[in-house]
Amino acid sequence: MGQRHAYTEYHPRWLRRPVSTYWWLQKRSYFAFILREASCIFVAWFVVYLLMLVRAVSEGEMSYRQFLSWSASPLILLVNLVSLLFIVLHAITFFEAAPRAMVVHVGGRRVPNGFVGAAHYLGLLAASVIVVWILLGA
Amino acid sequence: MIKRHPEPLLWMLFSAGGVVSALLMPILLVLFGLAFPLGWLQPPSYEHLLAVLRNPLTRLVLFGLCMPSLFHWAHRFRHTLYDGLQIKHLNEVIAVICYGGAIVGSAAAAYLLWHVP
Repeated sequence: MGQRHAYTEYHPRWLRRPVSTYWWLQKRSYFAFILREASCIFVAWFVVYLLMLVRAVSEGEMSYRQFLSWSASPLILLVNLVSLLFIVLHAITFFEAAPRAMVVHVGGRRVPNGFVGAAHYLGLLAASVIVVWILLGA
Repeated sequence: MIKRHPEPLLWMLFSAGGVVSALLMPILLVLFGLAFPLGWLQPPSYEHLLAVLRNPLTRLVLFGLCMPSLFHWAHRFRHTLYDGLQIKHLNEVIAVICYGGAIVGSAAAAYLLWHVP
């Protein structure tokens, strides 16, 4: 952490084999790993997209209409479709890892991993229902 | 004096952002990214959406989605560049750009959410 990497002309040979920059293309599981990590780019994109919507609504009805027609342009639709695939991948992998990162005890007993994972999916369902209800219901 | 490392805090933000984005983004993206633009569903009226955004609770939730999600991106992106593409000699620059970007983005989110009319 925080080391300076200075390049010197004369240094001892590294005692490790150089790894190709494209090591993650060599195996299916490595590639799955890098896809999972890449999902963060789409998480950031959606934050930007959401804030653009917030700004459009704040500016007035015209801006909101413009945002809606902009969001229907082919490029933005494509970006959002790809984003959705990556965010679903992100959600699945994050919920899968959650029980391992978060050990829950109830009454001195460890809650089985399946329960913790299922609780996250229930949370996703509940959050989705609430969002739909707020935006479209009532 | 114990030296305090930012890593645990950054990991907490990464983790929190990962959970909130996984919970809220799928449905928001389906609606605002596909269903409304493609006309599968009628988008909410301007008045309704403005009323929803005026609610302080909505804005609090949206900030709670945006800020940790940006730090989630910063942390993961930084480590992916480090491990995946092995850009090790630019480690500090990348860290500053990633976390700096998350800070600027969070400030922008706070500003935009605060200034909803």
